[in-house]
Amino acid sequence: MTVKVSMTVNGKAVSAEVEERTLLVNYIRENLRLTGTHVGCDTAQCGACTVHLNGRAIKSCNIVAMQAEGADILTIEGVAKSDGTLNTMQEAFREHHALQCGFCTPGMVLSAMDLVKNFPDPSEREIREQLDGNLCRCTGYHNIVKAIKAAAATMRG
Amino acid sequence: MYSFNYNRVKSVAEAAAALVKGEDVKLLAGGQSLIATMKLRLSKPSDLIDLGTISELRGIKVEGSTVTIGAMTRHAEVAASQEVKKAIPALASLAGSIADRQIRNMGTMGGSVAHNDPSADYPAGLLGLGATIQTNKRKIAADDFFKGMFETALENGEIITAVSFPVPKRAAYIKFKNPASRYAIVGVFVAETASGMRVAVTGASPGVFRVPEMEKALAAKFAPESVANIKVSDKGLNSDIHAKADYRAHLVTVMAKRAVEAALRG
Ligand SMILES: Cc1cc2nc3c(=O)[nH]c(=O)nc-3n(C[C@H](O)[C@H](O)[C@H](O)COP(=O)(O)OP(=O)(O)OC[C@H]3O[C@@H](n4cnc5c(N)ncnc54)[C@H](O)[C@@H]3O)c2cc1C
Ligand code: FES
Ligand code: FES
Repeated sequence: MTVKVSMTVNGKAVSAEVEERTLLVNYIRENLRLTGTHVGCDTAQCGACTVHLNGRAIKSCNIVAMQAEGADILTIEGVAKSDGTLNTMQEAFREHHALQCGFCTPGMVLSAMDLVKNFPDPSEREIREQLDGNLCRCTGYHNIVKAIKAAAATMRG
Repeated sequence: MYSFNYNRVKSVAEAAAALVKGEDVKLLAGGQSLIATMKLRLSKPSDLIDLGTISELRGIKVEGSTVTIGAMTRHAEVAASQEVKKAIPALASLAGSIADRQIRNMGTMGGSVAHNDPSADYPAGLLGLGATIQTNKRKIAADDFFKGMFETALENGEIITAVSFPVPKRAAYIKFKNPASRYAIVGVFVAETASGMRVAVTGASPGVFRVPEMEKALAAKFAPESVANIKVSDKGLNSDIHAKADYRAHLVTVMAKRAVEAALRG
């Protein structure tokens, strides 16, 4: 059976007929063709599938699309300004070379945005602890931590 | 994942009615344990009843010396709540130590308590604080609720609506965590409550349990050295690649000592 699911993704109202068991990540990637949200583990461990649901980072491989009915979803495609200007976190990742292959990066950026909202002035230790839902298989953590610290400083102004 | 029917409800009464309609109807809270087990095809519900849209199940209330937390309140909300931090800081920090940021933004009090994973953190908090589980049918003391691995006193058609916690004099929770999942290899919750000392252990055995010898020793003197030499038997404790039973038994004493130290620090 299929059901209708509707939500706002990156500011745009979207809706589709999906099977009830469709995971949010599959809806985003396959129906909406927003392939910046990655699937690394499909078991809620790696954080590559992180998106914001009503402003909070969640793992989109671990909920069904129906759980996001009516919600406001932000994926990596909606983070930069429409003219392509990177947001503060993305810019800090670029500046500090916080990505190697880039596979974990969309999830890292969205998770880091939630982190800084909750810890506006995080210590290095806090960043490492609070980023524990995201794995980087290139193990480039050092520069990721630097980027998040710098982005937090910029956001504090 | 096998296919299922998805149902959205507006009230606990509606959810309760839907829950008894079939054999394999299941409640869906955040899905953080349930969706994972369904993906592995370990669970095959015919219907899911989503509690996510029932607003009466959310929120935190402090009345006198009781903190009541709605079943659909997320771990992240408990961890960040100024009221919980003030009344029972040990509970806020326990919630903040569950899983990771993303799981804490979806996972719920009711889901964790109903699931009763042998390594979950909330069961230790509930048992350690002497909490009361409220359902659509009755109130159940934590001492009577947890029945061993993934088993609880919940009956067919019963829905957890909230959990209420008496504010303790002092309390702390310390866990030796699995660094990958953050689940407790051993976690110990220690509390000095109006009704006496309570020491609750999670992760060590198939179900959360209390340690009466430690409680007695702490009642005589609330100090780390009171528990430092009390050993629990390793018989029946969990043994896996992360920790053997004798190591878990050892950790119970070490975590209990650290929890008492933390409770004294406040
Ligand atoms: C990667 C990962 C790491 C984790 N690490 C930890 C950890 O360190 N510590 C820890 O404690 N937990 C951990 N968890 C589990 C997490 O805390 C979940 O939130 C918790 O297991 C319950 O999930 P949920 O609230 O989304 O409930 P669901 O998964 O939706 O439901 C769980 C079960 O409870 C039932 N249920 C749900 N709500 C109710 C209700 N109100 N009344 C009756 N039955 C109900 C459901 O039918 C289902 O059987 C982890 C999970 C993941 C995926
Ligand atoms: S793909 Fe979702 S956490 Fe790894
Ligand atoms: S940059 Fe390659 S996985 Fe993180």
